[in-house]
Formats: sequence, C-alpha cells, structure tokens
Amino acid sequence: MRRWFLAPTASMLAVLFFAPMLIIVAYSLLARGVYGGVTDDWTLESYRRLLDPLYGAILLRTLTLSTVATVLCLVLGFPLALFISRSGSRKNVYLQLVMIPFWTSFLVRTYAWMFLLRDTGLINSALLALGVISEPLPLLYNNGAVLVGLVYSFLPFVVLPLFATLERLDKSLLEAAADLGARPWEAVLRVVVPLCAPAFRAGAVLTFIPCLGAYLTPDLLGGGKTVMAGNLIQNQFTTARDWPFGSAVSLVLMAVVMVLLIVSMRSQREDLL
Amino acid sequence: MNTVLELRNVSKHFGQHRAVDDVSLTVERGAFYALLGPSGCGKTTTLRLVAGFEEATSGDVVLSGERINHLKPYERTVSTVFQSYALFPHMTARANVEFGLRRKRVPEAEIRKRVTDVFSLVQLSSKADSLPQQLSGGEKQRVALARSLVLEPTLLLLDEPLSALDPNLRKQVRGELKALQRRTGVTFIFVTHDQEEALSMSDTIALMHKGKLEQVGTPQELYLQPKSRFVAGFLGAVNWLGAVGVRPEATRITKSTPGANARPAVVQASTFLGSAVHVEAKLASGETVVSEVSRLDGTYVAGDNVHVWWHPADELRPGS
Repeated sequence: MRRWFLAPTASMLAVLFFAPMLIIVAYSLLARGVYGGVTDDWTLESYRRLLDPLYGAILLRTLTLSTVATVLCLVLGFPLALFISRSGSRKNVYLQLVMIPFWTSFLVRTYAWMFLLRDTGLINSALLALGVISEPLPLLYNNGAVLVGLVYSFLPFVVLPLFATLERLDKSLLEAAADLGARPWEAVLRVVVPLCAPAFRAGAVLTFIPCLGAYLTPDLLGGGKTVMAGNLIQNQFTTARDWPFGSAVSLVLMAVVMVLLIVSMRSQREDLL
Repeated sequence: MNTVLELRNVSKHFGQHRAVDDVSLTVERGAFYALLGPSGCGKTTTLRLVAGFEEATSGDVVLSGERINHLKPYERTVSTVFQSYALFPHMTARANVEFGLRRKRVPEAEIRKRVTDVFSLVQLSSKADSLPQQLSGGEKQRVALARSLVLEPTLLLLDEPLSALDPNLRKQVRGELKALQRRTGVTFIFVTHDQEEALSMSDTIALMHKGKLEQVGTPQELYLQPKSRFVAGFLGAVNWLGAVGVRPEATRITKSTPGANARPAVVQASTFLGSAVHVEAKLASGETVVSEVSRLDGTYVAGDNVHVWWHPADELRPGS
C-alpha cells in the first residue's frame, strides 16, 4: 500500500486538530489562571465541578433539546424526502430548494429567524393585525425558539440520506405491498420506513451530534442565556475566564459524541449482517 | 365455459406509444395461460393492467364478470409473482407470507394454519424463518409463490418467473410450477419471452407483437398452424421456401434416392448439438434449408450430395 498521498491530510490533521486536542486535554487538568489561561498546577477540580447540579442541568437540557430536535427532523424530514423522491422531473428543483439555505451565511439565516419570531416580528405583527392575538406571543428567547432554529438548520441533513435511500428503493416492493392488499399508508409504514432504517440512523447522527455542540442557535434564539453545552463552553473561555473548566466540558461533550458514534456504527454493522 | 378474466378492446398508451393496442382475450378458470412475445411487445403491460399497477387508456378489464378498471391493486383479488420476486428484505419468509393475510385482518389462528399449509405446499417449511437474503433463487421464488397463493387469489399473475433462475434450475422449476398449478387449481397467467417455456407449460398461448395479439391458441395450434410468419418464426426455426415454411425437424434429408417430391441439395455445413445435428443444405434453387437429424442417422459433411424432402402435411402456410 502506498500511503504517501495521505501525508498532506495527515499532517494537517496532526497540526491543526490533534495537537490542539492534546492542549485541551492538558488544560482541562490544570488550575485556572486569574485572567484566563492556566497555571501549571495539575488538578481534577474542573471535572469535579462538572458534578455540580447546575452543569448537570445544562447537559441534560442539551441532550433533551438535541433529542427533540433530532426526532422532529426525522418526523418532518421523512414525508418531505418521500414527496421529493416521488416528484418525477421536479425532483432536482425540490432538492435545490432544500439546499438553498446553505447558500447564505448561517448567521444571517439565524438573524432572519429572529426577525420572524420577535415581538415585533413578522409572525406576531401578522397575528396582531389579523386580530388573532392581542399581545405578542413569546416566540423568541426560549427553548422553543432554539428548537425551531435547530430543526431548521439540520433538516437537510435528514432529508438528503432519506432521499438517497428512497431513490434506490426497489419500486416493485411497493407494488408487491399493494398487490398483497396494503393501502398506500400501510405500504409506507411496513415496508418503506423499515427499509429506510439506515438512512434514519445516518440522519439522526448527522443531526444529533451537531445539535449537542450547537452554540450560535441557542445563543441568538435562546436569548444569550446559557442554554446549551456549547454556550457553557463559550462562556467559560470568555466571560468566566475559566479555560480548564471550558476544556473539561468540551472533552465530556466529545466523549458523549464518541460513545454515540460507536453505538451507531455497531447497529449499522448489524444491518449489514 | 367458465371465464375468469376477460379483456375487451383494452389499450394502454404511454404518450404516443401504444404499449397495448386493442387487445381482447378471455381466460378460462383453472387455465395455465401464457402471454408470450419479444421484449417490448406489451405482455408485461397487459399483466400490469390486470394487476392494477396500470390503468387502461380504453377498454374493459373484467374479472369474474365485474369490470375492475378503476380498482386499486389492493382492492383486487389477483396476486402477482414479480420477476425479481420483490420479497420484503427486512422480513423473514414467514413474515412475507403472512403480510397479505394480516392486511386482510385474517384471524391469527387461521393465519398460522394457512401459512403452515402453504409452506408445505411449496415444500419450504424448513426455511420459513430465513431472511430472503439467506435463500437461493429457487427458494425465493417459492416464497414469492407462497406469499401470493396463501391469499387464494382468483388469478395468479407471474411476470417472467423463471428468468431470474439459472438455466439448469429453470427446466426443473417449469415442471414444479405446472404441478403446483394443477394441485391448487388456481388460474395462472404467465408472462414469458421464452417460447419453449410457453410451449411446455401452458394450456393456451397468447402471442403478442407490437402491442397487438398475433394469435391465441393451444401450443400445438401456434406451432403447427401459425397465422403469420411472425408467429411461425417466434415459436421456432423455419425454413422459408416462398410462401411455405418447413420446420427443421420436419425437413428430412437423405443420401439415398427418395420419393417423388425430393429436391437435390449440397450439404454446406453440419452443426453438432449433442442430441441432434443441424445439417445446412443448399438447394438447386439457391435457397438454404436446415434439417435437424438424429446423431444416429449417419453423418453429413460439407460437399455431400443429398436429397431434401418433407411431408406436405408438415408445411406451414401462414397468411402473411
């Protein structure tokens, strides 16, 4: 095997990814400096602090929001992918529409959601003008707004693998289901959904893991309060000036992701058997 | 007569293309009916019109006396065995077979009984709990058959059911399918492009060409009294001598001086086929004929002077 062609990638990863990672590991085991940074005293204090219920609550909220966002993405993404896969010649147009948000900056798109959701935003103004409500609905700066933002951001990552699987699905399986007496919804539920299991899993991984580390969405739509783990980490490195604790939270988050990836790969392997 | 299926002037157009063009036919209950023809002749589309996967552009599809044009596949009492078998890959053979019964809300005890019975009918009881990917081609086909037969369909539609099997297995399965059809008494409509399959298995053959029915009849009628050159040629090789055709096995060849209507010829080539030999001979008229002779009838080599003859009764005289 000639592996030299991997050298540029490997050295880039080593310098820009692996080395910083080691630094983070080291920082998480050191004591905090007064104005940020670290002193050279080794300690497990940062990890001990993670046991504080305050941080446990943040981690729990991160897991909950990520789970709900992932489930919503799967539930909303499947009908959309099914619709696109059955749209014949308009398929590519619809796929492009799913991808279009990627053409603009994530930041701009998140601000756009703020314009929609705030008290004087489009939704509230419209509902007020129509007389449906008399007070603006509290749409922004809460968990719901964060959820909307997360689902919006990651929906394409669910739609694309599902679409790819649906495209490859043997059409005669659906005909066989109908032939055997299954109504269209039964055929979808009993044949299409189970056969999309690997794509559901891929979509879930692609959604759940970035949700765990989400920072911008909860920061802007959640109202700057420390909502999710990503914001906690950011706070520690900036406002709180506690680099060791920020490092420890990062590593714990990474460990959670790692475990989930291993579980997902395991079940994927079972699919192949 | 007891008609189970009738197509009345059925056409199916895909844009400008007439896949099925004014086809009328009737299928008797308990028949083994073959839809035969080259690829693209409309035979599979005809089958799909009966199954309900396509809706006829015009004409009537009549099942047991009832017009079913607008019924969805899941509302029809016909069942299809697909060319690829289309077994659900995430379900065991048993779950595949149970699928249709569960959709029809058949009671659990009856499901168990009917599934057990059908597995023993297709002789696959030992593999009932295997996944499709663990089964051989022949076993998959039997699961597909069981999955349809367990529903006791009015009609069983088979779309090229042997084409996915390897050639050695095909001949054996022909016999099995025929026996299964006799035992169950279910009407089979069988789509194939293989004339040997159609001849050996069916009671009736409907030969299709370019969306139209060319000829309907028993295998003997189509083979011995073809209405057109296309029919004659599709069912087997023919030596055409003007408007008259003679099949190679009816074309006799001899070195000794024969009877009155013999024609002198010179052997061009001889092809050994195992059980038979094809001798190619050129007549004085310049036409070349092929004679199928037994290996035991002596050897012919290029340059041999021979006589070619046949019984007038063996002549094919198609109209066109």
